[in-house]
Amino acid sequence: MNYFKMAYRNLGRHRRRSALSALALGLGTALLMFVAAFFEGEMRGSMETTLRLNTGHLQISNAEYDPDKLSVAWEYLIENPLQSAAQIEALEQVKSATPRLIASGIVSVRDESAGVQIMGIDPASAANDPYRTMVSGEFITADDRTGILIGLPLAESLNLKVGDSLNLLVNTAEGDVDEQQFTIRGIFTTGTSAYDKGIVFLPLAKAQAFSGAENRASYIFVMLNDREQADAVAAAIQGQNLRIRTWTEMNQLLVLVNDFSNAYLTFINLIVLGVTATVIVNTLLMSVFERTREIGILSAIGMKGRQIIALFLVEATLLGAAGITFGGLLGWSVSAYFAKVGVFFGDLGISGEMLMEDRIYPILTLESAINLIVTAFIITILASLYPARMASRMEPVEALHGSN
Amino acid sequence: MEVAKLTDVTRVYKIGEVETRALNGVSLSIQSGEFTSLVGPSGSGKTTLLQLIGVLDQPTSGKVVIDGKETTDLNRNQRADLRKGTIGFVFQFFALIPTLTAYENVEMPLLLNGKNPAERKQRVLELLDAVGMNERGHHRPDQLSGGQQQRVAVARALATDPKMILADEPTANLDTENGEQVMEIMKKLNKETGTTFVFATHDPRVIKYADRVVTLEDGLIVKDSKAKAK
Repeated sequence: MNYFKMAYRNLGRHRRRSALSALALGLGTALLMFVAAFFEGEMRGSMETTLRLNTGHLQISNAEYDPDKLSVAWEYLIENPLQSAAQIEALEQVKSATPRLIASGIVSVRDESAGVQIMGIDPASAANDPYRTMVSGEFITADDRTGILIGLPLAESLNLKVGDSLNLLVNTAEGDVDEQQFTIRGIFTTGTSAYDKGIVFLPLAKAQAFSGAENRASYIFVMLNDREQADAVAAAIQGQNLRIRTWTEMNQLLVLVNDFSNAYLTFINLIVLGVTATVIVNTLLMSVFERTREIGILSAIGMKGRQIIALFLVEATLLGAAGITFGGLLGWSVSAYFAKVGVFFGDLGISGEMLMEDRIYPILTLESAINLIVTAFIITILASLYPARMASRMEPVEALHGSN
Repeated sequence: MEVAKLTDVTRVYKIGEVETRALNGVSLSIQSGEFTSLVGPSGSGKTTLLQLIGVLDQPTSGKVVIDGKETTDLNRNQRADLRKGTIGFVFQFFALIPTLTAYENVEMPLLLNGKNPAERKQRVLELLDAVGMNERGHHRPDQLSGGQQQRVAVARALATDPKMILADEPTANLDTENGEQVMEIMKKLNKETGTTFVFATHDPRVIKYADRVVTLEDGLIVKDSKAKAK
């Protein structure tokens, strides 16, 4: 006969109540595990998407270039960008480097129009792979002079399909406006509607000619093999009148949100586990009240306060172990399932420097699972201290006079 | 030898503004091997007196010495320790732990006393045999009759070989036959092992077994007589 056996039988007295308490703890744990996985998936996904589509790991631009203005005036641009990109791509740490020319424009079809970013790209570069998933049609080629790529949401909102024509208005290098008709070669999707609805792609040469930028680009977009090397690579390619920005500089908000997400998760964990802990406290308190006389008997035959505390703590431990094990398995299964199919959110309307895919894929890390399980366990034990101490402090006489 | 000595003991219960004087300056000495009955009407203070002898409670004033130890200044754990080695209890209701079998109930005080498994097993079987319950060791309390439960409670009280066994109305919830049986067992153990027994009761069936009868009224001892025990 030991504490575990006694505790196990005590829990068995009110099977349904014990099971419900364990279930509450389990569901709390499962929920938190899923939330942690969801957050991790969202943060990682958002970071990757933003880097892949928007900022890259490094951007090399003219020192005067202002990314918010989208100006193609010559003094803001870099010259001979293809050549510079090739040189940068030759660096060992660099996965791909490609020039991009960005101008602001308006797409108009019949009597509808939409403001867009016009991005001139080198179609051959691997850095453009994220845009290559075509819903219909083909990717553009470098020498195409009338073709354009548009995103799926824009195609849907303007009711356009491959082969249709559209008018594109551009703000030129001289500060004028130029307009030209393009034929849709392909409709792409990156899985991020917020991004796809506001951008169109032209081959770099065509974009340069159309906007009057001539042999210039807004910046060179660089992807590295390892993003942690961004500072080192940036230092290696310092040049005259150039500005090199790393992904951490360009995504300060995202980096901040990422750093805070752990604190935020801990906060949520404490709230939810605090609530489930009250269920455990309640169960054990009921048990203490019901067993008042029994505690008196145990005390009368010589059980000490700390042994009575131990008995109740072991009950809480068993309850906690059962609930947390169940919750852990449930949380893991649910996270694993959604890690496969994703959670669909669609276009949340978030724009600006932080991008999110329409579908979020939860990622349950071993670290967060262990963290959560340990925290849940500690909170359960802490919560049970109060009823346990209460039981241990009962005077045997009063306990013996207790109910029953 | 004196196993319990109470000197000028008073116990006042305070419930709200109302003070109840359960014991009012009682002095009593219990010798080793006695089979003593505390009698008196309800509210006379006999249960309170029993609880003070059992170190379950502490007096408002006065001195309680158990097995040569002054108990007044002991803390909760020290009192538990003293009880564990010195005193066994039999309660009016059949105070067994409902989740434990008869065997495990008897074993519990031995566990608390740190006895090894072999010693425990031998002692438990011996005690169940002594109270005629060896056939039912694996039964839970709810599978036993009142008399059987009380016999198990007696076995448990005896487990650690205490100097003294205190019983509060041990036969109150038993029919005549079972009550007699339990008393016979206790008397036999008293004779064979020399264990001191003190009862609080108003059951004549119990009183007739006693070799000393202490009568209480309104918190005072009004009579203390050697009886001719059965």
